[in-house]
Amino acid sequence: MSMYHTKSVTELSAMLQAGEVSSVELTQYFLERIKSSDDKLNSFITVCEEDALAQAKESDEKLKAGNAPALTGVPIAHKDIFCTDGVKTSCGSKMLDNFISPYDATVVANMRNAGVVMLGKTNMDEFAMGSSNETSFYGVVKNPWNLKAVPGGSSGGSAAAVSARLAPASTGTDTGGSIRQPAAFCGITGLKPTYGRVSRFGMIAFASSLDQAGPMGQSASDCALLLNAMAGFDEKDSTSIEKEVPDYSADLDKPLQGLRIGLPKEYFAHSEGGMDAEVEATIKAALDQYQAMGAELIEIELPNSGISVPVYYVVAPAECSTNLSRFDGVRYGYRCEDPKDLNDLYTRSRGEAFGAEVQRRIMVGTYALSSGYYDAYYLKAQQLRHLISDDFTRAYEKVDVIMAPATPETAFNIGEKTDDPISMYLSDIYTIAVNLAGIPAMSIPVGFANNSSGESMPVGMQIIGNHFEEAKLLNVAHKYQQVTDWHTRLPEEFK
Amino acid sequence: MSIEVDEVKKIAKLACLSVDDADLPSYATNLSNILDLVAQMNAIDTTGVTPMSHPFDVVQRLREDVVTETDRREEFQAIAPNTEDGLYLVPKVIE
Repeated sequence: MSMYHTKSVTELSAMLQAGEVSSVELTQYFLERIKSSDDKLNSFITVCEEDALAQAKESDEKLKAGNAPALTGVPIAHKDIFCTDGVKTSCGSKMLDNFISPYDATVVANMRNAGVVMLGKTNMDEFAMGSSNETSFYGVVKNPWNLKAVPGGSSGGSAAAVSARLAPASTGTDTGGSIRQPAAFCGITGLKPTYGRVSRFGMIAFASSLDQAGPMGQSASDCALLLNAMAGFDEKDSTSIEKEVPDYSADLDKPLQGLRIGLPKEYFAHSEGGMDAEVEATIKAALDQYQAMGAELIEIELPNSGISVPVYYVVAPAECSTNLSRFDGVRYGYRCEDPKDLNDLYTRSRGEAFGAEVQRRIMVGTYALSSGYYDAYYLKAQQLRHLISDDFTRAYEKVDVIMAPATPETAFNIGEKTDDPISMYLSDIYTIAVNLAGIPAMSIPVGFANNSSGESMPVGMQIIGNHFEEAKLLNVAHKYQQVTDWHTRLPEEFK
Repeated sequence: MSIEVDEVKKIAKLACLSVDDADLPSYATNLSNILDLVAQMNAIDTTGVTPMSHPFDVVQRLREDVVTETDRREEFQAIAPNTEDGLYLVPKVIE
């Protein structure tokens, strides 16, 4: 039996190009893995068996004809937030349980054009609102490293599927940490690009000024290949940036000699709700490794970082309440039974189909934007956002990249934080500032630490860059992965 | 910041959400806690700070005023809850 699940996208792509394996074989292999193992994880909402095999056949023909792009025939999974033509796109919500998208998101179309095969759509927190995948209408996703623990969120299904190698890679989206936090919890590599680098067209909107799509994979070199296909200007997204896309694989091997790494003293300060001691020790060991590779560690200050979570919980709910007003039970999605009038149709369709967390955020946003409160909430938050962003600008005058933990602790148990939304929100304290500033950041696996239940779980470290420095982040991550093997480790049950 | 049950009702109405009376107290508690968290913003003086609406100082891109959409009404209406003769049906609005 071939062990294709132990191969990275980079390796699978080379094998496909060399004709050592066909896309149909690979696709069948991963579909079989999903069939036999996903009942343990619940990482997929929809599996596209027929479509995937048809795409695989097409890819094999292109590979035979020669000159096929690098990702041709590689099977991956898409987060169920991306619209996929003719395939159910639920966004983890009862609201869209019956929604068959009539078009492809640009990310999906770009991947299709690159020859990628879509295995299916992954589970996620409802409308990407959550940090544990527990708000999904389709049930919680389990962490492959320990089935009692959450996979993180909102891209929890994508992270779990890649971690268990039910798919070699997947796409995700990140509004406040939704790629990096689940990547950290599941021991995989994830990248949130610069705001505007990847098109948001057809990606169901949560908070439009923060949302950004990115790759989730086994390694930095895999993420580089995926980002090459995902990124680019799109006239259908008014915030898409008209800037040439570099070859993200080109600089992976650049030496790190002289690299200046900034360590925000606020993130490493010992405070309540701050970093767990074992997580800290693991991060420090990774930093030592970087020093050994010739990098210099420099303490920096991000004085306004402490205000990120409060700012986020104004900006994100305000934008979500606006974006989710489109779900009205009229044109698509859920409609309540026997509405007695138009208002009843609106309010009951929304009240019955949105889950509690989504309703909470819509209400917070509605309150913050309501008459008389705009200046005190949204305007104030946007001002603070400027200060947070300026902190990073100043830091990048002194350093090339910033390193920090991705999460204060490793993956917590299912149900541990569901009664207390605030403690759930605080699990994103290290990731949110990046979205507010619009800069790119990665999470890479750097070891293991016990969670609050004493189970050994993966630790993720963030590498944060200045605007459009994705190639540098990938280079910095790749060099570490050349001398360590955390990213190749597999959970026992999925070896 | 404390939000009372009556205020939750008002916000839910503005947000077009039907909320069960039984759920109102827990929403009131949650919303109050979230607004307490958000109130930490007031500790920082932002006098004279420009609000940041976009990570880059870019202006909205404009395009030529030409038709770019094709007519896909049938496909779009195929996924609608209720349509007739190309129209979306809702309960009667005017008696």
